[in-house]
Amino acid sequence: MVAPGSRGEVALFVTCLVDLMRPSIAFSALKLIEAAGYVAVVPEAQTCCGQPGYNSGDTAAARALARKFIAEFERFPYIVAPSGSCAGTVRTHYPDLFANEPEWRARAEALAAKTFELTQFLVDVAGVTEVPGDFSGSVTYHDSCSGLRELGVKQQPRTLLDRMPGVKRIEMRECEECCGFGGLFSVKYPDISGAIVQRKCDAIRGSGAYAVALGDLGCMMNIEGRLRRNGDELTQVIHIAELLAGDVGGQG
Amino acid sequence: MHFVSRVRQRLDDPELQRNLKRTRGRNAASRAAAVAAFPDFDAVRARATEIRASVLRDLDVWLERFEQKAIERGATVLWARDGDHACDLIIDIARRHGVRTVVKSKSMVSEEAGLNAALEAAGIRPVETDLGEYILQINDNEPPSHIIMPVIHKSKEQVSELFARVHGTAPKTDIEELTHEARAVLRPEFLGADMGLSGGNFLVAETGSVAIVTNEGNGRLCTTLPRVHVALTGIEKVIPTLEDLATLLRILPRSATGQAITNYVSMLTGPKQAGDADGPEHMYFVLVDGGRADLLGSEFEAMLRCIRCGACMNHCPVYQTIGGHSYGWVYPGPMGSVLTPLYQGLDKAMDLPHAATLCNQCGVVCPVSIPLPELMRTLREKQVERGLRPWSERIATKLWAWVAARPTLYALGTRVAVRYLRWLADGRDRIQVMGVAPGWTAQRDFPAPAAKTFRELYAERRRGGGQ
Repeated sequence: MVAPGSRGEVALFVTCLVDLMRPSIAFSALKLIEAAGYVAVVPEAQTCCGQPGYNSGDTAAARALARKFIAEFERFPYIVAPSGSCAGTVRTHYPDLFANEPEWRARAEALAAKTFELTQFLVDVAGVTEVPGDFSGSVTYHDSCSGLRELGVKQQPRTLLDRMPGVKRIEMRECEECCGFGGLFSVKYPDISGAIVQRKCDAIRGSGAYAVALGDLGCMMNIEGRLRRNGDELTQVIHIAELLAGDVGGQG
Repeated sequence: MHFVSRVRQRLDDPELQRNLKRTRGRNAASRAAAVAAFPDFDAVRARATEIRASVLRDLDVWLERFEQKAIERGATVLWARDGDHACDLIIDIARRHGVRTVVKSKSMVSEEAGLNAALEAAGIRPVETDLGEYILQINDNEPPSHIIMPVIHKSKEQVSELFARVHGTAPKTDIEELTHEARAVLRPEFLGADMGLSGGNFLVAETGSVAIVTNEGNGRLCTTLPRVHVALTGIEKVIPTLEDLATLLRILPRSATGQAITNYVSMLTGPKQAGDADGPEHMYFVLVDGGRADLLGSEFEAMLRCIRCGACMNHCPVYQTIGGHSYGWVYPGPMGSVLTPLYQGLDKAMDLPHAATLCNQCGVVCPVSIPLPELMRTLREKQVERGLRPWSERIATKLWAWVAARPTLYALGTRVAVRYLRWLADGRDRIQVMGVAPGWTAQRDFPAPAAKTFRELYAERRRGGGQ
């Protein structure tokens, strides 16, 4: 085991949705980062990475928030977010926002290179092989689009789940299919979004797993909301951070 | 009709939903199997991308070379500004050669141009010979719903009923029998037609040839039996060499249907020469701009790399939910969501770039690496730049960005928001009707937030010395 705090600082980007909706996810992320031997820091002035503006086509708004984010986070050796989508914005889109501003582009690229999704950081950077959680039950993992296709988060959460003796991991069919959240898409085109998330819920239920774990709160609210609307009060929808940190109850 | 209404109609159509469900994932699975069996796929994809990207950098040069070679081989090359112009040119050719009937193999550019309607108005009879296109034509000229599987939205029962009604035959449910029935109708049309019209998958500059890939063989009949052959396609389809064609032919069918190669690959180079056993007496190329040249050098140039395989729609969760007709114009799915606003006007297709989750399944499978979600996002940007978004949305985005740039105000805003949402939840763990985002609660519950924001809880923890 590494000595606590011996591996330097990691800045946690809480993400606006976690701050607003499920603070426990951020506390779980802090616990995991600390368990891996780092000092977890929460920069206080952080708000949002700007993705809603970016995806709405309001590039000016996105750029302003990107500048703010870069200034707040660039002094840290690592930046970690409990979200593939927010980490993906920083890693793959920030540099594009500053195509015509070489100085900011360089800063954005430097930041992008040290920004990670939580499980990606734990496995690929920290080399974590043990996690604090003692969850027991069957779990199926939903691959969120940005984490999977922008960052290559695929094996990392599964590797960590497989280290937990109580977890029985089951693959649902079409685990890489979008859940239909898509940020404002879910509100602008509810009918389409609803039909897509229905398929995801069917796949989750079809897997027979007690819980679905995933790395993005947006997708999580979409899936949980649909399951509950369908009258499914049993299937647990759990953020991977909470599951790995041992902050949620298991089966039976 | 508005996009959202078209979608609602398709979602409420139980027959269409059954048909979509039956085919959903099928093409994606075929592609996945073909890619798995082809270890060079990624390398060929990179090469195909480079071929298409480099040709676009000097498109004028390659088109001139193509024209020169095609003329050398005895073909006539005509340039069309847009679809209407292409129709005029083709009607002109038909009149000059005394054409009454045109047999057509599949061409999406002819759909763009509205060619069938134009031919009919000019007293010339078009006959679609691709089985799917034929089915649509005899069903009151229904538009295709997919670029390579035009009739994917129909079941064989629907086709059976249509054939029995139109052909006056006994209903058949066996697909092979249905195909034989269509073949019996079409065979005399091939033999009697004065003109064959084909699309073009690729134009090969070094030889002046058009290459077409088909699975039914109708393309070969259309291009060799009638006296006149017209190849109608877009100006972006040119590639430099036969070597490049070989590369692209390795990736197109695998991406489209999961085939290593299509049943037919036809190379057509000029009209019948002395000593040739068959071929048309006259060969024409009608090459359409129709908005393509405007994309050169723009942030949308990558879209012109498209080789029309359909992989993007085969992998699109939205397309697979709403079907091709919801998109409102010729091209559906992700490629259509980019092309329609570019070719028809940004303000004519306001929803298409937004009606996507940006999941990037399309971008990952595109054989020429077109960043489709990025192009859709850029179209959203253009809508904002041109002030086309609704004022309420513009104000909301600006207000959100203004607050998010001010941490103290933002912290206060989120504290208030959490309390408001908790009040709405009224002690329950979910909100079932939410006035600020009715779209959300129309389809699912909104999980209630925790009692306090992370910011508040973290501050409490630090004050309490817990950290």
